[in-house]
Amino acid sequence: MSVMKRVTLIFRSKANKALDRMEDPRETLDYSYQRQLEMLQKVRRGVADVATSRKRVELQMNQIQQQSNKLEKQARDALGAGREDLAREALTRRSSAQSQLNDLQAQYASLQAEEEKLTVASQRLQAKVDSFRTRKETIKATYTAAEAQTRINEAFSGISEEMGDVGMAIQRAEDKTAQMQARAGAIDELLASGALEDVSGGAPRDDIQAELDRMGAGNDVELELQKLRGELGSGSAGALEAGAGEETQNGASQARPASSNGGSALPSSDVGESAIPSADPPRAGDGT
Amino acid sequence: MIVRILGEGQLSVDDAETAALNQLDATLASAVDAGDEAAFRRALNELLTRVRAVGKPYPPDSLEPSELILPHEDATLAEVRQMMTDEGLIPG
Repeated sequence: MSVMKRVTLIFRSKANKALDRMEDPRETLDYSYQRQLEMLQKVRRGVADVATSRKRVELQMNQIQQQSNKLEKQARDALGAGREDLAREALTRRSSAQSQLNDLQAQYASLQAEEEKLTVASQRLQAKVDSFRTRKETIKATYTAAEAQTRINEAFSGISEEMGDVGMAIQRAEDKTAQMQARAGAIDELLASGALEDVSGGAPRDDIQAELDRMGAGNDVELELQKLRGELGSGSAGALEAGAGEETQNGASQARPASSNGGSALPSSDVGESAIPSADPPRAGDGT
Repeated sequence: MIVRILGEGQLSVDDAETAALNQLDATLASAVDAGDEAAFRRALNELLTRVRAVGKPYPPDSLEPSELILPHEDATLAEVRQMMTDEGLIPG
């Protein structure tokens, strides 16, 4: 059977059911208007919920990006110090962080789209609710209870269709938000577990996640290692010393693109803190 | 006629389009019957694209009901099936 006709039929029958017939049909108008206002509130709440979810993802993206930048710099420093094993570990973790980041970017885009859809839906419903309110007042002022039914039915059919549509849109947004929240929770756990942590605490930790990532990311890591070797080879070893003693402003510079640092092979590195292991006292005591 | 795409609102579509839309709808229906996800996605896309192309946005403050209601663009086959068979099918 025709999909269009079938869906239309179902929609209409639901709308008819929603129309509670009161003793005086004019009372139905007020009752329905109340429900419309509730639906408007609900859709606005939906927009706010999606926005909250989107902001959480954004926050995580920033955290992971920061971590990834830090790991990249550590890999560079480690290689400069001749600690290839440590550089490898850092790049492995960075690769894992990058794949999380890609995933989050997709989620972010999806939530943003959902937010836009709901915003537009709430504007459409608002327009119809305003229209309904005017119509409702006219009907109540003009018609007796006996005469009113037909007019009321007319006023109802369009708005209840819109209510059904918006109701479904809210449901979809809620489902999506719930999914995202579950995944965001998983990412928070991952961040807390230290799987994406920097390696400055000492020897690489042999956690399972890192091992799995390594298996999947092996090629990336080799490529990155080669790239770094090339960079180090073309720059001078003296660049290491040149950077020594220079304190870094960690974190503040997380969004800086690598290319902006142009000629210098080892920009603003914190090799002053003796490159890598045991460099970061606060972290050494984190118990892991 | 007025056509609603769920999640997008109402469009005014020339009656002359009916035959073309019915044809696209028939393709969609057989994809749903066959449970063919890829064909379903293609058919739904074509149908919605066509409606959007020939339709003009209907004033949002109108209280007119739509003559035809179409699923939202990212509806899954399972969702559309549900929309077609939800409880309370036959209007009184």
